[in-house]
Amino acid sequence: MDSAIQIHVNGQAQTWRSGTTVADLLCDLDIKTEQVAVELNLEILDRAAFGQRLLNDGDRLEILGFIGGGSL
Amino acid sequence: MADDRLIIAGREFKSRLWVGTGKYKDFAETQKAIELSGADVVTVAVRRVNITDRSKENLLDYIDPKKYTILPNTAGCYSVEDAVRYSRLARAAGVSDLVKLEVLGDERTLFPDTAGLIEAAKILIKEGFIVLPYTNDDPIVAQKLVDVGCPAVMPLAAPIGSGLGIRNPYNLKIIMEMIKVPIIVDAGVGTASDAAFAMELGADAVLMNTAIAGAQDPLAMAEAMKYAVHAGRLAYKAGRIPRKLYATASSPIEGML
Repeated sequence: MDSAIQIHVNGQAQTWRSGTTVADLLCDLDIKTEQVAVELNLEILDRAAFGQRLLNDGDRLEILGFIGGGSL
Repeated sequence: MADDRLIIAGREFKSRLWVGTGKYKDFAETQKAIELSGADVVTVAVRRVNITDRSKENLLDYIDPKKYTILPNTAGCYSVEDAVRYSRLARAAGVSDLVKLEVLGDERTLFPDTAGLIEAAKILIKEGFIVLPYTNDDPIVAQKLVDVGCPAVMPLAAPIGSGLGIRNPYNLKIIMEMIKVPIIVDAGVGTASDAAFAMELGADAVLMNTAIAGAQDPLAMAEAMKYAVHAGRLAYKAGRIPRKLYATASSPIEGML
């Protein structure tokens, strides 16, 4: 079996296969890429880069989208 | 009023009522209320996507970004750094450079931290954002926001969600007279007459969320707000009569017995 990596996705500790790209992760989580922003270790990624960007052990990934809200 | 258009940063808006999307019972109600309000600008918050329950529906499945201008906000941000970070994320998630910039100063009042607001606006405008700042009813701060490049200013009527209505009409009036960009009164409206009053003062638009979503019948209130904003705008354009202390008869004396 491939080696595993430990990463944080939206604050949750998760284990993924090494070699996973951001696009793979979004696909596995059933998240449509056109409606989210992805921040990897505080760097906002271009959508075009999701497919090339490999995840590494210890990465902190944030996936954000639009929700209902006026002013809070 | 066919030519009474609202234009901000080269974009034309049909509606002078802008609405938020929070606090509704469900997305179907959100959608219906927005439709009845006639608003074409809809503000949304930026938050973590639910990664554990993907069966949850998405707001944008109900609010078509082709039909509405989606205006992301930085609600909940209490620092320049957070507001800038959320703005960048909003741009990455969306399709435009628009942001309703909020830098809050205090949890109890949700009043803006205006010094932080101006600083964040400067940073974002340099990065090409179209910054619509949620600010206090302070004409000097409003002018500073324009000076750093904001194409509109959004002063509050009262604290967010308070429903207190227009607490300082005189300051708002001064802002409307002094500031040469569109003024959108944002937050604090409680009922239709508040919205009409804001428009009668000369506001270019009104943005609200809780007044509609929190009403006992949000759909009816959405419609009421549509008419209130329209009526207020018409009255402003029509030009009200001056206030006088004593009566002036509106029927002629001539012809009386």
